[in-house]
Amino acid sequence: MAKGLLGRKLGMMAMWDDKGRYVALTALQCGPCPVLQIKSKEKDGYNAVQIGYGPVREKLLTKAERGHQGPAFAKINYYVRHSWEVRDFPQTTEVGQLLDISLFQVGEKVSVTGISKGKGFQGVVKRHGFGGGRASHGSAFHRAPGSIGAGTDPSEVVKGKRMPGRMGGRRVTVRNLSVMKIIPQEHVMLVKGAVPGPNGSLVYVYVK
Amino acid sequence: MNPTLQKLNLSMINRPLDFQVGDWVRVHYKIVEGDKERLQTYEGLVIAIQNQGISKTFTVRRISFDVGVERIFPLYSPFIEKIEVVRSHKVRRAKLYYLRKKVGKESRLKEIRRKGKKDPIFEKAQALRQNAAS
Repeated sequence: MAKGLLGRKLGMMAMWDDKGRYVALTALQCGPCPVLQIKSKEKDGYNAVQIGYGPVREKLLTKAERGHQGPAFAKINYYVRHSWEVRDFPQTTEVGQLLDISLFQVGEKVSVTGISKGKGFQGVVKRHGFGGGRASHGSAFHRAPGSIGAGTDPSEVVKGKRMPGRMGGRRVTVRNLSVMKIIPQEHVMLVKGAVPGPNGSLVYVYVK
Repeated sequence: MNPTLQKLNLSMINRPLDFQVGDWVRVHYKIVEGDKERLQTYEGLVIAIQNQGISKTFTVRRISFDVGVERIFPLYSPFIEKIEVVRSHKVRRAKLYYLRKKVGKESRLKEIRRKGKKDPIFEKAQALRQNAAS
């Protein structure tokens, strides 16, 4: 049974677990997320629920977006900035229903999707973990990629050759993070381990 | 830091930092053996207080059977039952690492009497707890 919520990464902290180990945690503020649209097998070809997150002023949305959120707006009286689609989400029944963190339980394994921190244009040592050369002792080879292939045969660079380029700032999913604690009043859950993206960035927390 | 996260961090602060570098302390530490729990005391000189927030730690040094032993405790660990200050010394450093190289008479410190210090972070944490309770 799938379920998911949109939220924000607050930052990292730590706590002692029940076995006395000091574990690193990420605090995620999730929901409440209004249901914006329910897609059904008959009408849309698949079952899914579109959820929203993050109140936003009316004038920041286009007329089309306002229209799309109209039915939800009628119930909850605010518009949202972000939306996400959750496939096969049977718990939700009506548009405008508010989903909150009570969807999740302590001990559950969740996946978290976010946009990783952008690292800019990086060389192969940082980007692909190449070894690089010696820094001293007369070495003239430091952080360069080295040979990128043979010569006349095949007279091309193989596709997928790891080279310098833009790193980070792409969609990353971390799976199987255990939920260590839930604080319903603050809409906050603490998951074990790290989550992609800078603090304050949008994350999607789900169970497939 | 995000205010919600700050609140979460404060809620984990369970004891005041009422000692200083240069204090001789007795740490009552809970030890779990199988399913039994017992208390162990570890006595020594606080030579450093490190890190920030909920991962603040302090280093306690003592000479045990002619061997210098240092133990690092997380200040907010639930395994620490209590921390007693036995006596205080006059120190002019925040970190007393130089004592590692001193033996015998050289490693002496001058004892002073010092009033207990207030810990503003702990007070903040307590105020927060009271607010939550009321």
